[in-house]
This record gives sequence, structure tokens and C-alpha cells, in this order.
Amino acid sequence: MTVPAPHAGAAPRVVLAEADIDRALTRIAHEILEANKGASDLVLLGIPRRGYPLAQRLARRIGAVDPSVDPRAITGQLDVTLYRDDLQRNPTRPPRATQLPPTGIDEKVVVLVDDVLYSGRTIRAALDALADLGRPRIVRLAVLVDRGHRELPIRADHVGKNLPTSSAERVRVHLEEIDTAGGRPVNEVVIEGGA
Amino acid sequence: MKHLLSTHDLALHDALRLLDTAEEMAAVGEREIKKLPALRGRTVVNLFYEDSTRTRISFEAAAKRLSADVINFAAKGSSVSKGESLKDTAQTLEAMSADAVVIRHPASGAPARLAASGWIDAAVLNAGDGTHEHPTQALLDAFTLRRHWAKVAGTGSPGSDLTGMRVLIVGDILHSRVARSNVWLLKTLGAEVTLVGPPTLLPVGVDTWPCTVRYNLDEALADRPDAVMMLRLQAERMNAAFFPSTREYSRRWGFDDARLAALDTLGLGDTVIMHPGPMNRGLEISAAAADSVRSTVLAQVRNGVSVRMAALYLLLAGGTHDHPAAPTVRENPALSPTKEPAV
Repeated sequence: MTVPAPHAGAAPRVVLAEADIDRALTRIAHEILEANKGASDLVLLGIPRRGYPLAQRLARRIGAVDPSVDPRAITGQLDVTLYRDDLQRNPTRPPRATQLPPTGIDEKVVVLVDDVLYSGRTIRAALDALADLGRPRIVRLAVLVDRGHRELPIRADHVGKNLPTSSAERVRVHLEEIDTAGGRPVNEVVIEGGA
Repeated sequence: MKHLLSTHDLALHDALRLLDTAEEMAAVGEREIKKLPALRGRTVVNLFYEDSTRTRISFEAAAKRLSADVINFAAKGSSVSKGESLKDTAQTLEAMSADAVVIRHPASGAPARLAASGWIDAAVLNAGDGTHEHPTQALLDAFTLRRHWAKVAGTGSPGSDLTGMRVLIVGDILHSRVARSNVWLLKTLGAEVTLVGPPTLLPVGVDTWPCTVRYNLDEALADRPDAVMMLRLQAERMNAAFFPSTREYSRRWGFDDARLAALDTLGLGDTVIMHPGPMNRGLEISAAAADSVRSTVLAQVRNGVSVRMAALYLLLAGGTHDHPAAPTVRENPALSPTKEPAV
């Protein structure tokens, strides 16, 4: 496994390899279908950056189980940059695109998809952003990794892996849609740093 | 980027960042709820020493859509007419803890003075200073041009520039801060700019600008430009005999019905006509040209709010911390980013 050279600190360790990510997403896709009793009214909204490719992967798996579903027609991207509560504590970040499926989100079952659930502040921002875009019937949350350390009363409905971490560590998700290492696409979850 | 004072020193990277951010702000303008909480609790002061309607209300709309508080300050009927200096006004605004000052001033360089003087801690946005610059107008023109250029090329506009686009800027270049800002910005974005006007309305030293200069509008149109930007004849600044009569000016440098028809004859189906407003209909632009499908006048006004939202957001939203360390894994250039979901 090619792992990029770390900066000073503990060596990064891989906690989910490509096959683990695949299995977790397949399970989440089935959980979503089970919780929703089918694929009707489902909309998957990925939170940039890495939530969006995950939402696409989940939609493809849902489409494989239920052939009446067009994965592209139920997937969208929800940018939360302009709703964050930490804008003033960080350097300015340019917003990314928000694109909803053509059906919109009113009266839909919206599943927010993100890579790592940590403080919960991103999800709070996402809920505010959703309220400005429409009124879903139900909002659920699916994440690949839940690393704990919540700062808000927010909980995921579907979790790929619960990962106990120290807050000094960093959890990085690398997806081939976005990341490369040594020129090759990678799919993995690694933990860096820490004591 | 702490201030937005001119396009002359605006790097390509920053210009594209502004235009890309404006693209997302434009999407907000199409929603039912056109409001974002990004600048909640921030105060934006519109400090206008010169008359303006569209720029002021455009900045006001932009600030309000980002949830900032807006204070409008017009020099007329204020303590400025009692003789208050720019410094004292600035320090008054500082005492009221303004986070951004949008300033229009008849003296070239007033915004730069305000930004560099240390009188005030706020971000300064130039909304037009004398005959120097009007950067947000140039940015909204570039935004309008970029959307058009991307549509013609059949691609998406985020991230793209204006490479290869040929733009005519026609009219009173001498008094126009819009022309100056556009020359620098469009050049930075890769467009080829040609200025057209009577020699008396071209400034001294125009030969050192990164553009071509011509005197005959019909010849310039025959060279198949992709966009024609008409400038307003600034009657309030016409303190000398720059041309014999407005009728002669209109005949030679106005965009009249005959020139509108000429665009069709030349087969220039994709050439757009721009005007920063306010228009003198029948003088520099005919009513038919202003209302034609080629006219981008109203799109420019709409885009103005988006571009100003982007400028206010990028200058005001963030803290002053350093950029975080570069990520250890580089982004994969071979695969399409998540910027434009294929939904």
C-alpha cells in the first residue's frame, strides 16, 4: 500500500482499505433502503468534497439493488461553506457548487452523506442550508467514519465504521475520485499524527 | 487579499477565485430564499461621495443577501458638506466598528489612501474613484463575458478564463474608470482588448496599455469582435470641446441600428453588446441595440450583485489566520473534481 510521506509525528496507519470501504458502503446502501422501506422519495446529498463521491457510490449501489432507480437522478451536492459557524476562525474558503436533483428536496427523504463525522458542526451547517433550499419530509445522515468527539447533539443514522480516536489525531479519507498517491488513485481511510 | 482597490494589481488566481465564488453566489440569487448567513454580525458602510444608484443598491443588495448590516452614507446632506475631511469621516466609521467600507469618490486614489493610511481597520472596496478604477464593474463585466464565452464554447464557466476572446471598448475612454479597470482585468484573463474612440477622448499614454487602439468603429467591427462594450458619454465631465456635436459623435462612435444590422450581415451571431449603464439611449447606443437579444445590460446588473457578494464574502468572511498546511495527498488531476456534479 502506497502511503504518502507523512510530516513529523506518528506514521499514518490505514484503518479502512479499499475492500473495507466497499463493504461498508454496500451495507449502508442496504440500510438506507431498509430504513426507507424501498427507494421511493430517496435523495442522497453529498457534502463537498468527499461526501459527494460517496453519495454517488451509494446511489449506484441502490440502483443495483432496485433497477427502477436512476442513480444520477437521486444524487446531489450540498455545499455548507456559507453556513459554517467557524468562518471567522479560519482563512476564507471559496464556496463550492450546490446542485440538487431535478426533483428537488421538498417532501423527500434526504440522506446527507459525508466522509467523517467529528464535531457535528458541518452537519449543523448542512441542516441550516437544507432549510433554505426546501422542506424535506425526513433528513437522515450517513457517514463513512464516525470518530466521536461530538460538540453538538447530532448522531448519524448509518455509519460505515466507528473509529475511537484521540482529538490530536487526524482522520483522512482518500477516494479515487479526488485523491492520488504517487500518481495512482487511492481508496483508504488513514489516521495520522497523535501521541 | 485585504482590500479590493484596483484590477491592475489583481492576480489571475485572485480574479478567478472571485469569479468562481460569484458563480456560486449567482446560484443563491436563483433560489426562493436568497439569503445566506455568512456575514451575520458584520457591518458594511457604503460611503458615497459621488452620485450613484446602481452601484450603491447593488452593493447594498449584495451585503444584505449575506446578512451583513448596511449603513448608507451619502456625502450630500452629511457632515461632509459641512467640511469634514475623509480622515475624520473614516475615523467616525472606525469608531462605529465598520468591517468594510465601500467607497466612491471623485478623487482618483481616495480608496487607496483610505486603505493605506491606517485611519481605519476595515476592508476597503473601491466602488469607483475619479478616472482611476472601478474594479467591481470590471469583474461583473468579466463575469458576464465569461459566462457568454463558456456558453459559446459549450463548457462550464467555473474555472475558465477568457483566452482568445476579442473585446471592443468603445467611447469616452479618457474619463472612464470602467474602461481602465476592464483593460487590466480582461488582459489578465487572456482576452484581447481594442479601444475605439475619438482621439480627443483617449488618454495620454494609452499606447503603453496592454491593448490596441483604433479610431474607426466600423473597421473595428469588421474585425469580428466577440463582444462590444459601449461606454457612457459622461456629459458631466465634458468640460472641453472633445468633439463637434453629440450628433456627430453618435454617427461615428454610437452603436446605432445600422451597426446592429451590420453584425448580422457579418455573420456575428454570438457577438454581445454590453453597457455599464446608465445608458444615453440614442447617443452612444440606440434603443434597438439596447433592447436586442445581443444586449447583456440587464444580465450585467444581475451579475453585479453576485460579483459584489463574492467580493464582500472573500474579503470579510474569513479570519486572519495563516493557510493550513498543504494536504499530504495531492488531488487527482486525471479525474473530474466534484465541482460540477453530473446530476
